[in-house]
Amino acid sequence: MAMQRTNKTRRGFLVDMARTACGVALLGTGMSIYSRQATSLPAEALRPPGARAEDDFLGACIRCGLCVRDCPYDTLKLAELGDKVAMGTPYFIAREIPCEMCPDIPCVKACPTGALDHGLTDIDEARMGLAVLIDQESCIAFHGLRCEVCFNVCPVRGKALTLDMLHNPRSGKHALFIPVVHSAACTGCGKCEKSCILDEAAIKIIPIHLAKGMLGQHYRLGWREKDAAGGSLVTPDQKHSYNLPKDVQYDHEGRGLILEESATPPPYGTNPLETLRRGKGGL
Amino acid sequence: MKKFKTSLGQKAINAKGRWRAHQWLLLRRLMQTTLLTLFLLGPLVGIWIVKGNIASSLTLDVLPLTDPYLALQTLLTYHALETTALVGALIVLLFYLLVGGRTYCAWVCPVNIITDTAAWLHRRLDIKRTAQFARNTRYWVLVTTLLLALFTGTLVWELVNPVTIIYRGLIFGMGLGWLLILAIFLFDLFVSRRGWCGHLCPVGAFYSLLGHHALLRVSASARHRCDDCMDCFMVCPEPQVIRPALKGETLGQSPVILSGNCTNCGRCIDICSENVFRYNHRFDHSLCKPVMQKTEVRP
Repeated sequence: MAMQRTNKTRRGFLVDMARTACGVALLGTGMSIYSRQATSLPAEALRPPGARAEDDFLGACIRCGLCVRDCPYDTLKLAELGDKVAMGTPYFIAREIPCEMCPDIPCVKACPTGALDHGLTDIDEARMGLAVLIDQESCIAFHGLRCEVCFNVCPVRGKALTLDMLHNPRSGKHALFIPVVHSAACTGCGKCEKSCILDEAAIKIIPIHLAKGMLGQHYRLGWREKDAAGGSLVTPDQKHSYNLPKDVQYDHEGRGLILEESATPPPYGTNPLETLRRGKGGL
Repeated sequence: MKKFKTSLGQKAINAKGRWRAHQWLLLRRLMQTTLLTLFLLGPLVGIWIVKGNIASSLTLDVLPLTDPYLALQTLLTYHALETTALVGALIVLLFYLLVGGRTYCAWVCPVNIITDTAAWLHRRLDIKRTAQFARNTRYWVLVTTLLLALFTGTLVWELVNPVTIIYRGLIFGMGLGWLLILAIFLFDLFVSRRGWCGHLCPVGAFYSLLGHHALLRVSASARHRCDDCMDCFMVCPEPQVIRPALKGETLGQSPVILSGNCTNCGRCIDICSENVFRYNHRFDHSLCKPVMQKTEVRP
């Protein structure tokens, strides 16, 4: 009888144990699956400057909101329950309030855990995302209209955003002033997106991993390799010979036909009228 | 039945007056609201005494405080913390090692107000049958949260942790956090009495472990005065901790409540009309001298 009772309690103990273990394991599984979805970051939500790669950030950020408190422009906010951003983590939406790129980076200094990398001391080195002129169809610069607001508000103007002049084929006589983003200098602060005059911004900050392509590791750009090596790495380039009149040269890397004044006069007259008259009897 | 419900605590009120029968409860509520007010003064009025929230904070721009349970999870994701968080976690750790880990639960945690209210209503509505989890389920949950941090590299528990979600919500914006408050309230009221704080919460489990050797303890140092009214057992959020101290005289057990699960909430002190309990430290095993009264009453 006594034996039986011990067996029963032992069994009861094991069953209880198994029940708890299974229940908690179920809970853990549920939470880890939920976490996969709950930690996905929508493209428009940008992390503060210096934020570590998203996976590391979600382990390092303690969700205290000290970065939010020290942001002088109320740019940053903490994700609330039900937001699309992982619970309690800081983010900002460029179109609402962009990062003003404070030179002393108070948000990074405030971070107690280093989820915002304290190694970031120059705000120009921040990479919160990358501006992409994502809709050329609606950007009015592509219609030949002068706007350039994004260029003018860019804190790294001239490096991160430049204006490239192109021919305007519609009018035939004007230029297009096309904003061009350079990823080497763009911090992803979002001031361009914020100030875009369209109802929906044509230039947007996109997470870098979405915005950037990457050349295959095996790719080598011949001309760069050649420059680096100081000469051709394969068969030496043969001097191309063109069948040209005397003293006329041809540069196929840009300058084209070179008609330099030389000791001997060119085989045609310097007066264009004479050239035009060629074959009209004179020659 | 009705009589029993109203009688819980009535004896203490009759004996000590309404204030002294609720003094530690009121002090706890005062402490909880004061801490929350300190956090709220900044965003609401612009007086920045404390910044941040219960997860990590900075007081007067010098004193960092960090939840050691959260810091531990962060370390488990292989992230090396900055010194600020480490120092903050160490300060909090030492503090609760001293005053008892679960003092955090009773005196700081916002969920305590919700579950205390649910437990109170539970008594008033006299709901009898609710599901019961084993009290040690919380340790299993605690281990699970730590393993999740270790294997996912993400603070998974922070996605659902009601303690920080509610506190952060009150300071930074609640979102759908109100639903979480309601869920916990209803869970404790209808599904499982004292279910959340007393059985499941891994934060409480962590602080229970922290409080295992805490200095500040409640002691039933006048246990000979106990008249077996059971009010303390009824009101205590962790009633299993009382028995050894209160009833262990024959077994030679100390009158000090030594379990790390005791939240140092002081409700037993409040509710006891005989003044059996008092705050003490863990090394004082002395008993109050039996008073003359007892011998006088008997005949």
